[in-house]
Amino acid sequence: MAPPIESRSSEATGPAPVDDLPMVARQGRIDTASRAALLILAAAALGLPFILQALGSSYYLSFASRIVIYAIAATSLNLVLGYAGLVSFGHAAFVGLGAYATGILISEGVVGGGWHLLATVAVTGLAAAVIGAISLRTRGVYFIMITLAFAQMLYYLANSMKGYGGDEGLNIRARSLFGFGAIAYDLKNPSALYYTALAALGASLLALDRFGPSRMGRAVVALRDDDVRAEALGFPTFRLKLVVFVVAGVLGGIAGALSVNLQGYVSPNVLHWTQSGTLMVMVILGGVATVWGGLIGAAALLLLQEMLSAYTDHWEFWTGWVLLAVVLFARRGLVGLAAGLRSPRARTG
Amino acid sequence: MNNAASASAAIAASTTALLEVRGLEKRFGALVATDRVDLSVRAGEVHALIGPNGAGKTTLVAQLGGQLTSDHGRIVFDGTDITRLSPHQRAHRGLARSFQITRLFRSATVIENTALAVQALSGHSFGAWRPVRRDVALFAEARRILAEVGLEGKASLGVEQLSHGERRALEVGLALAGRPRLVLLDEPMAGLGPDESAWMERLIDGIRTRTAVLLIEHDVEAVFRLADRVSVLVGGRLIATGTPAAIRRDVKVVGAYLGDDESLHDRAVAGDSS
Repeated sequence: MAPPIESRSSEATGPAPVDDLPMVARQGRIDTASRAALLILAAAALGLPFILQALGSSYYLSFASRIVIYAIAATSLNLVLGYAGLVSFGHAAFVGLGAYATGILISEGVVGGGWHLLATVAVTGLAAAVIGAISLRTRGVYFIMITLAFAQMLYYLANSMKGYGGDEGLNIRARSLFGFGAIAYDLKNPSALYYTALAALGASLLALDRFGPSRMGRAVVALRDDDVRAEALGFPTFRLKLVVFVVAGVLGGIAGALSVNLQGYVSPNVLHWTQSGTLMVMVILGGVATVWGGLIGAAALLLLQEMLSAYTDHWEFWTGWVLLAVVLFARRGLVGLAAGLRSPRARTG
Repeated sequence: MNNAASASAAIAASTTALLEVRGLEKRFGALVATDRVDLSVRAGEVHALIGPNGAGKTTLVAQLGGQLTSDHGRIVFDGTDITRLSPHQRAHRGLARSFQITRLFRSATVIENTALAVQALSGHSFGAWRPVRRDVALFAEARRILAEVGLEGKASLGVEQLSHGERRALEVGLALAGRPRLVLLDEPMAGLGPDESAWMERLIDGIRTRTAVLLIEHDVEAVFRLADRVSVLVGGRLIATGTPAAIRRDVKVVGAYLGDDESLHDRAVAGDSS
């Protein structure tokens, strides 16, 4: 009965491997050190506004909010780019749409945060569904070009909206206001904005952590590896890609809605293709298809930019070298590098 | 009278094909890859499709699997017209296929590849919260398939760590995972050593009781041993269909191969004289 397929010797040399748990299962096991690191990170993130207040430096709280908001945007792109392997070069479109949806409502006097969230989700969800339905029928370089083309169309549309600032951008005075009974929660308060963004990021990371080893997460990785095979096996690959694309678009839009609250300003530049490029750099720097890649990449790039710009105007030149080093020597970005340092065996696995 | 009745019933049974292909055509510009192909595969039969390189065999399989859309013709599977269905819809109706060039999920282990194949046809794949590894039934089924294709000892390996023969076994295993009613095997023995080929032949022989097989294979001797019927594709056209014995004697087949594939001719003649 035993089939004579070659190189079956490993079976004879040892007992049958007990640990034939799937790869995802092994990756999913959180050890004590990781758990401790996670707790410290969460505590630090939660305590940051208090620490910075004690130090009297309000600038760094807004800087931290910027990192968190970019991290949400980069994480949403990582879902498409990393997990699904779809090189979307127009992700800034969704961030920009979310920012404009919220910014326009505020400029029209609608300050209710619930409305902003609703408008952001509706606009970005619809846009992602339409853009996805068209662009996901193509692959490879055509997909890159079509997503880029859609984003640039929206960039020029924003430039032409004279009523909402046109190419100069739109300044808003108020911010999103959430009312819970008697308690008003105004994102004008830097701490309130920071915690809102942090909660959104935390929820995104948790959802992504659950997504990876889920039925859908595995199906999405399968279509990334080989979508012809995945579809031949019975996976509805187009629908799976579209759902991922829309969810990522909406999450990017939420990052945009938060960013307009942070800056009090939205301009067509948020839709520019260089913004899409920045998000891609963050994902690649942090770690493609890793839960933490978006956050680590956003934090690393923004910190690098902050530090280098104190010394030189040509900080982009130096970040280019860093990105080059990461791409050449750490395939899974900084997250992969950290995992490799902790357990050298993980690199080969 | 009884005899006549049972004979006509037998004819009716034998003519109700699981897969019925009528006038199927695919053109790439001026090239006619498949030209008005009529083909039927009955439930429970191993039906081999042979022909020289470039005859259009792989194109035909891609048309049947849905990877290529057909320019003309109809494909009826189990009484339903599936000509316009997507590959995943065909898979859900019980039509599976393997690939000539191995297509596995490289970032997954052997058991995960198999589990994905089982998952694809069991329940939906939009659950994004519960880890799939908790699905005991799914992994039990995946293990059963690995045992069937002789890879139970390799479950936790990455697919890149497998030998060529093992990858071919997994390739076929994935196609069988959904318990299909018809499986299209595109050169399952390509690149296999003699022992592995013999094993693959036994595997195909073993599955015929539960699934019909459309087998594309260059190893003509294996084809003649395995197949209930053989169809011959030359230049995109189906020139003959019949039992292996009839195909060996078919003048058209022997003639068509003379210029293209002398080995088949030699073997056909040898087979005839033996």
